[in-house]
Amino acid sequence: MQTTEKYDALIIGAGVTGAAIARELSKYKLRILLLEKEAEPAFGVSKSNSGIIHAGTQNPPDSLKGRLCVQGNRLIREIARELGVHFVEVGQLIVVFSESDVPELEKIKREGEELGIENMSIVRRDWLAVHEPNLSPDIPAALYVPSAGIISPYRLVYDLTENAVKNGAVLKTSHKVTGIKRLSGGPHRFEVEAAGDRYQARFLINAAGLFADKVSAMAGVADFKITPRKGEEYLLDKKRENMANHLVFPLPTPTSKGILIIKTSDGNPMIGPTASETGDRRDLSTTDEGFREVLAGARKMMPSVEKGDIIAYFAGLRPAAGKDFIIRHESAAPGLVNVAGIQSPGLTAAPAIAVMVAGLLKDNGLVLTPKKNFHSAREKTTHLFEIPLSRTRELIQKDPAYGDIVCRCEMVSAKEIRDAIRRGARTMDGIKFRTRAQAGRCHGGFCTTRIMKIMQEELGMNAEEITKRGEGSELVREERRHE
Amino acid sequence: MNERELVVVGGGPAGMAAALGAAAAGVKDILLLERDQHLGGILNQCIHPGFGLHRFKAELTGPEYADRFVRETLQNPAIEVSLRSFAVKLTNTLKLSYLRPGALEEVKAKAVILATGCRERTREMIPISGSRPAGIYPAGLAQKMINMEGWIPGREAVIVGSGDIGLIMARRMALEGMKVKAVIEIQPKSRGLARNVAQCLDDYGIPLYLSHKIVRIEGSNRVERVIAAAVDGDFCEKPGTRFEIACDTVLISVGLIPENELLEMSGAEIDRKTNAPVANEVNRTSVPGVFACGNACRVYDLVDWVTRDSEKAGAMAAQHIREGK
Repeated sequence: MQTTEKYDALIIGAGVTGAAIARELSKYKLRILLLEKEAEPAFGVSKSNSGIIHAGTQNPPDSLKGRLCVQGNRLIREIARELGVHFVEVGQLIVVFSESDVPELEKIKREGEELGIENMSIVRRDWLAVHEPNLSPDIPAALYVPSAGIISPYRLVYDLTENAVKNGAVLKTSHKVTGIKRLSGGPHRFEVEAAGDRYQARFLINAAGLFADKVSAMAGVADFKITPRKGEEYLLDKKRENMANHLVFPLPTPTSKGILIIKTSDGNPMIGPTASETGDRRDLSTTDEGFREVLAGARKMMPSVEKGDIIAYFAGLRPAAGKDFIIRHESAAPGLVNVAGIQSPGLTAAPAIAVMVAGLLKDNGLVLTPKKNFHSAREKTTHLFEIPLSRTRELIQKDPAYGDIVCRCEMVSAKEIRDAIRRGARTMDGIKFRTRAQAGRCHGGFCTTRIMKIMQEELGMNAEEITKRGEGSELVREERRHE
Repeated sequence: MNERELVVVGGGPAGMAAALGAAAAGVKDILLLERDQHLGGILNQCIHPGFGLHRFKAELTGPEYADRFVRETLQNPAIEVSLRSFAVKLTNTLKLSYLRPGALEEVKAKAVILATGCRERTREMIPISGSRPAGIYPAGLAQKMINMEGWIPGREAVIVGSGDIGLIMARRMALEGMKVKAVIEIQPKSRGLARNVAQCLDDYGIPLYLSHKIVRIEGSNRVERVIAAAVDGDFCEKPGTRFEIACDTVLISVGLIPENELLEMSGAEIDRKTNAPVANEVNRTSVPGVFACGNACRVYDLVDWVTRDSEKAGAMAAQHIREGK
């Protein structure tokens, strides 16, 4: 039987933007629904994010991007602390290959200071030789931006979502929005159809990433278009974890920040991304040209990077809608807030975007009454790969399953896999993003069947029902059962 | 900290032979660590025959071959077997840490033999561009799924690389009712044993494309097709030779890499290209008292030779312990 649930705020899209908005709104006495078309949160644009918390440089001082990035860089630290997400302020170097480009660095520094970025300095070869020794000796100078950092993009989304749900928000995955109807008369102005159910909402927040233009059009506003821009990223073996001490950027070009050397909170360095426009919102393929471009770009800055260091690669799509973010209440469809075109630095900006959206809702009539019992904190997820062996020993004494290693490349225990499932992982990719199992150099060659069996135990699934990332991506066609 | 004469890491054919070889050479106190729940290693999933022709003058399956050593190992009073035990750290002073359910153990040894086997090269190492859907498996993983779990991975498969595991899996999948549409090999001849090409491909009418490569893998959720092409003498794609093969499964069988991360941690010198220990003699490493045998030392064609050389590794470790270096 079809039911119609009613909500104050209905958010479409559980990427980092939607998750941050849900968590922010869950501080108030509101009925909140978060709809995600994929099998798990973070499976769209966010899963391919490089995990950089930008300082805010290289954005025009009067842009939404610039303002929200600098604010987000401050807000994310508190969120990371509250939710127990691993954030490290590693700092950033923007390097030049010629003394004649130093004035460019000075310009970036000046513009950054206008945005409120602090403690930047131009550093020279002698400084670089000490602090970033693997950098090419052809680099005479760099702009050092200490407030840039790194975070795990998908674990941030999972933890934001989990905390929002703990504070009363409702999350529905595998719920693709198929229709939006505007209602008149009552306080609920939208009726959203997803996965065969109907949901009414007073306010509709569109954080649908690559499909934000389509969702907005469904709600009656069709004045922008998402143009996906593809980026290929290449991950290196964890053995190269310490090859760079900072995020290393070349001077940006008009369309992209260039090929970067990125430290990640998982340990594996990453090189990339490319930037090419694509008309296909599902095109996540990597190319031979991309591989060559990224390797050459990284080697130019750090010559010791080798082809053999690469253990994985992927592509992501930036949901671009013009130059800046689009974040606005649509007077043509009262109650609709569009949050679109959230490309880089969207991950950094997300907490600030969430605060801004709450403000837009308030300005347009949503009463925000703070909850007395908001749970801001979340118990930190344990990862053996980020703690010393002495701490591992204590954990094993408390729970023997920490000593049962499932993924040998990344040292992930059965306990961590079971915890991930209990926290909501339903697919092999969901387990990978949460725990790193299957993400190492053997690519799941040794641990895939073991993880599948744990999923069977925890969720009572048949082998044929286990998927890589949702319906259609089943791993096994047929299970031969003993009669 | 526990003290041991010898710790052997890995309970596959190499580790068992090394432990037995050391015991035969007089070592009385051997700890054998195995990560899995039983001894035998990868042999347990190799249910095809062809093992032991040299060693036993008999044609055994993998589990049969393993079983002969498992019994001996378990009965040998000098060897203590610790299952579900995962070595996490090794120092150049031969201190080894390992996890097992319920404990983090530390042990100091007079000699250590690493029999950690190898892992498969992946699609990412070739590399093959295209999308990343479900249905792409290292051949050994597909073997484990079918032979150990009874899970049939797909309906129509293409195999990249004609190494022995790939060839064996072509036949195995054909026997399970899957359609194996092609084996694609970039080299002008097969990398596998001639007998495997005959018995696993020819007998089942499975086409082998030599001097060909996969250019792209396509499919959004599950593999839908691969694009193949002929290559020239420098392995570059020949223009105008592309063709498409519809399939839902791609097996990657493009070689093995010695699994020597533990050895590397001890400070031993590793060849960055092959991931094998750098040393002037088989089974040795650049760290005194640390030996590597079996596929961790170099990738073997036949398990019979793994056994032979690993027994020697046991004897070499015994000598090292005797001389008290």
